[in-house]
Amino acid sequence: MNGKQFRVEQFLYHEARLLDTQQLEAWLELFTEDATYWLPLEQGQKDALETSSLVHDDRTLLALRVRQARHPRAHARQPLARTVHQVGNVMVLSESSSEVRVASTLQLVEFRSERQRLWAALVEHRLQRTGETFKIAHKRVDLANSEGELDGIAILF
Amino acid sequence: MAADEQLTMLVQPDRVHRSVYADPAIFDLEMERIFGRAWLVLGHESQARNPGDYFTTRMGREPVLVVRKTTEELAVLINRCVHRGALVCTEGRGNVERFVCPYHGWSYDRGGILQVVPFASGYDKDKLPEGLKAVPRVAVYRGFIFASLAKSGPGLEEFLGPAKASFDDFVDRAPGGELEVAGGVFKHAYNGNWKLMLENHLDGAHPAWVHASSVAVARGAPEPGGPGQEHYYDIAVRQMRQNGAPDAVWEAIGLWATPYGHAYMGDYHSDERLVAGMGSPVFEEYRKQLAGRLGAKEADRILRVTLWNTVIYPNCSFMSQFRQLRILHPVAVDRSVAYTYSFRMKKAPAQMFRDTVAFANVVNGTGSWVLTDDLEVYERIQKGFASGAVDWAYIGRGHGRDADEPHGVRRGATGTSEVYIRAQFAAWLRYMSQ
Repeated sequence: MNGKQFRVEQFLYHEARLLDTQQLEAWLELFTEDATYWLPLEQGQKDALETSSLVHDDRTLLALRVRQARHPRAHARQPLARTVHQVGNVMVLSESSSEVRVASTLQLVEFRSERQRLWAALVEHRLQRTGETFKIAHKRVDLANSEGELDGIAILF
Repeated sequence: MAADEQLTMLVQPDRVHRSVYADPAIFDLEMERIFGRAWLVLGHESQARNPGDYFTTRMGREPVLVVRKTTEELAVLINRCVHRGALVCTEGRGNVERFVCPYHGWSYDRGGILQVVPFASGYDKDKLPEGLKAVPRVAVYRGFIFASLAKSGPGLEEFLGPAKASFDDFVDRAPGGELEVAGGVFKHAYNGNWKLMLENHLDGAHPAWVHASSVAVARGAPEPGGPGQEHYYDIAVRQMRQNGAPDAVWEAIGLWATPYGHAYMGDYHSDERLVAGMGSPVFEEYRKQLAGRLGAKEADRILRVTLWNTVIYPNCSFMSQFRQLRILHPVAVDRSVAYTYSFRMKKAPAQMFRDTVAFANVVNGTGSWVLTDDLEVYERIQKGFASGAVDWAYIGRGHGRDADEPHGVRRGATGTSEVYIRAQFAAWLRYMSQ
């Protein structure tokens, strides 16, 4: 039991650290080829096809997001915002032989252009086992203020 | 407060003074004279279908309730209790018999008439106000709700003029004309003046620069699928690539401005280049439905109308062809919020709406590859205009080459003309000098 909890936590911390050290390409590699990365617009949103999302990417679109962040004329992204992801309350929700569903909370501080923003979110990962570690098959980030009036979002959660 | 002669000096045929974007006193005057006079877009009838249905929104800085008073009649009420000033309602939308103020329980019927005052014996009954202040003029054009805070002024149809055709396109594209607001509301904000968004939405010269990064990554993306073999990512990739159209495409686009400062861009993209391209099974089914109701000839005419953004000055920008509508809420001289709505064509194939949602995410999404770069640039402009070292901003692209057309319409000599910004400022000056 402790071993599993430890491995899941270490994986989420590793993911967060890749983002906070701006290793975006390595972060992208954590996702499976058919992964989805989702920031719903509405609280309790059930569906990403009939209701808009702050972000709803398949793996192709997520790759474009990472590539854009490196483009010299990505005005909202260059220079990249500095971020700190604080992952907490990690709980295994369910598991099968191939997958683990994990809930966590996220507090994220973003700094760019003399402005600091604080985000908070409920996060759910669907992780596929690959040997001793995992790949992300699905990541859902429900921002506490997803329905609020928001300035542009150009960071990765 | 600036005298009218001073206002005239700020707006010249091919340039405007930076203070129209940066001076808080001018912003206050704009709220009074432009947002306090013009017809403003408030929403769509599908948001308040049944008696008692209401939604909250803003007219400039005024909080309002839009409520279906009776089956036939809509009321627009200032959302402020006449007693002690509290917002009567903050729920966003719902259905009510009465609006009850949370402070002392003053309650109002669906038309805003005061019904119940607790501790009534403490008041002289004849001196109580009649009820919530009603916005004096409310009108509907083809399902879209408008209101004006001014008691008198031009009627809605005169105000819209030739821009009515864009609303017609919006409705005509829906089989049976049935549209509804659906799919969630984006609320994106930026630290910049409200006019910057309206000046950007018809600017064919900006995508190559502002959107350079999203164009570049989309060009490197996998190819979108052919008819019947679409991928989820196709709409985003196609749309981002389209922003990288060659200069000659942008120059050839039609761009028209109307006497009240509205404007619209045509010939930008066909459905074929974008959502559920013509030839796709879903689009063909939709075309059949449209033709079944209107005949093949009329359906064909409707689908050949290719309008990109239409700007309704001063508070709305919409895309009839792709069923997106944004309502602009100025907050301060350097802060604005745009609410973006998607529309479902009720009788079209279900996939059409999923395409609309995917399109909304890439064009109007708060986390979009595209919109985030626009917002960044608005903020940089606002910071630049804060500088007093340089006075003027130029709006002279194509100036002197605008062509006059019937009904007071002016057409830009090219698709990258700033004719629409000049028209917006002509309207600005008229409202501000009245």
